[in-house]
Amino acid sequence: MLLTGAEIVVRCLAEEKVEYVFGYPGGAVLYLYDELFKQDAVRHVLVRHEQAALHAADAYSRSTDRVGVALVTSGPGVTNAITGIATAYMDSIPMVIISGQVPTAAIGQDAFQECDTVGITRPCVKHNFLVKDAKDIASTIKKAFYIAKTGRPGPVLVDIPKDITIAKAEYEYPKSVTMRSYNPIIKGHQGQIKKAVQLLLDAKRPMIYAGGGVILSDCSEQLTKLVRTLGAPCTNTLMGLGGYPATDRQFVGMLGMHGNYEANMAMQYCDVLIAVGARFDDRVIGNPADFARIARKIIHIDIDPSSISKRVKVDVPIVGNLPDVLDDILRLLDASADRPDQEALGEWWKQIEEWRRRDCLKYKQSDEIIKPQFVIEKLWEVTKGDAFVTSDVGQHQMWAAQYYKFDKPRRWLNSGGLGTMGVGIPYGIGVQLAHPGSPVAVVTGEGSVQMNIQELSTCKQYRIPLKICSLNNRYLGMVRQWQEIIHGNRYSESYMDSLPDFPKLAEAYGHVGMRIEKPGDVEGALREAFKRKNDLVFLDFQVDQTENVYPMVMGGKGLTDMILSSEDL
Amino acid sequence: MRHVISVLIENEAGALSRVSGLFSARGYNIESLTVAPTEDVSLSRMTIISTGSDDIIEQITKQLNKLIEVVKVVDLSEAAHVERELMLIKVRATGKDREELKRVADIFRGRIIDVTDSTYVIELTGNTSKLDSFVGAIDASLILETVRTGVCGIGRGDRILRL
Repeated sequence: MLLTGAEIVVRCLAEEKVEYVFGYPGGAVLYLYDELFKQDAVRHVLVRHEQAALHAADAYSRSTDRVGVALVTSGPGVTNAITGIATAYMDSIPMVIISGQVPTAAIGQDAFQECDTVGITRPCVKHNFLVKDAKDIASTIKKAFYIAKTGRPGPVLVDIPKDITIAKAEYEYPKSVTMRSYNPIIKGHQGQIKKAVQLLLDAKRPMIYAGGGVILSDCSEQLTKLVRTLGAPCTNTLMGLGGYPATDRQFVGMLGMHGNYEANMAMQYCDVLIAVGARFDDRVIGNPADFARIARKIIHIDIDPSSISKRVKVDVPIVGNLPDVLDDILRLLDASADRPDQEALGEWWKQIEEWRRRDCLKYKQSDEIIKPQFVIEKLWEVTKGDAFVTSDVGQHQMWAAQYYKFDKPRRWLNSGGLGTMGVGIPYGIGVQLAHPGSPVAVVTGEGSVQMNIQELSTCKQYRIPLKICSLNNRYLGMVRQWQEIIHGNRYSESYMDSLPDFPKLAEAYGHVGMRIEKPGDVEGALREAFKRKNDLVFLDFQVDQTENVYPMVMGGKGLTDMILSSEDL
Repeated sequence: MRHVISVLIENEAGALSRVSGLFSARGYNIESLTVAPTEDVSLSRMTIISTGSDDIIEQITKQLNKLIEVVKVVDLSEAAHVERELMLIKVRATGKDREELKRVADIFRGRIIDVTDSTYVIELTGNTSKLDSFVGAIDASLILETVRTGVCGIGRGDRILRL
């Protein structure tokens, strides 16, 4: 069947069962938009800035197991999208981005709205393609989806010149893909798996450290089984929250720079550590030399060989798809005559409980002024721990991670790797469209929220009833916190002056706004907001300006070198 | 330590920049990089000379393997291999220097491939240190221009890198 390039693109998206395309039209993609207009299999969501299209598609993917799709025009459409692409890349989120390009003959001529999209996106995509012939569109899009979701997932960009969207070609969607240069490993090495099982059974102080890979590969069930079978403590990274139920006794909290005392201590002092889909990054283990100070055996399971022994030397590397590897480990554990050493475990837990009694997340409550931590605790209560929560980046992000106890995977969405301020609202859009009817909270601050505030308009158009909880402390809080601790209270450019009246701003966009000033009003406001199922409610919480995030491990310090409160400074 | 890394990669537009971009983005050393299609024109073969600790070289190999278009990566320097580099060097050849330059070129088994009244172009093949020695053996003030291909390498005997 002879179709135009634009028709082929839309057919391919329908073939991939794409529910939503997040995007913004422009000159180079006019024919694509014309084809979108003529059909109703694939729905388009019009954002107000391309960055938000990428974030929304990213969140759609994070909260489901599907590939997010974004569509942008050439030149500025692409450059605006870069932050969103890099955000997804750093957190290994499967996405396909279709970008328009100037006509083939104009490429390299500094044409209007031209940029070297393949060049400019290369360092922040898993792969990219420039399609130079309409007959290659279908196979390229098929490859793009395949590459995006297999192996270590990531964004894949397909750049399509305008003339290619007009040219006609025979259309047939390939049923399968084979690439001689790309064959991700699925099964783990059986010999290594056996070694790992023996180490785990012989451990006196085992520890399980699970990251975003658990969420991405949907193996929290296997992880939970492993933790229960071993009777070991489990920690999650910022990206892994929800991978193991946070309300479970064996969960010792998030670890890392703002991790729980007991999690960091157990990480440092365990004798056998099993890392599951995590990458020992700088915000997690701090100074690698200090981490290596204590001898311990490390088992590392990851689908990406380059994540293994990158920052920390490991003893048993296992490259493979987490669910497959965990199934193998569980099977061998079951079959083994050995059992975990209960006596040693008892001692280990005694130690952990002692660390836990430090109650590292306690904070001084106030009757006068709203503590930001209190808002998150109430948010958890009011939503019964069952909301989707997106956050922006900064102090509020850490408080959300620390105080909202995620029991299920894919409920917590934030920019962990790139640390992109401004993801909160667009993430909310992507999640809400993927889960209509479910409560979605956006935890943000007055700094972050202004980085994509225009998306309140998108929320109005598509009736996206987010509950935006802004912890407004009139500071770029995390910057201020570092300036307070390291830079002698010189608050260089971290004060947020001339803030808008956020509730009024929300109203101007056609939403509901609330300003909350007293601790006693927090719960009521949240209840009322979540009762308004069809309204977007902007809750502007006026919180304590001086509150800092603790515990804290300063950059470059060892994992156990923790500041537990302002009194430690 | 110096390593010779051989890469088989899909012969597609932009493949070279994916490799060179990877080295610059991650701060890896690159001493030389050569690339050309193989007997199967759908594949290119690269030889990269890099220096770094074992950990860094391990990361380089892993990161190269991660590139979607890379088919195979081998660190040739892990075992017996041969390396060759080609140099073209233009020298001022007048008076008594003409005879002397010809003599040194012969000793290094170089060939004079272009001659004018006042210049020679000498072609020389060998490993990097041989080419360096040649450059050191002639009077530096006579050298007008040099161009080197960078190293290409191949495993000895049964070590074969192909699909």
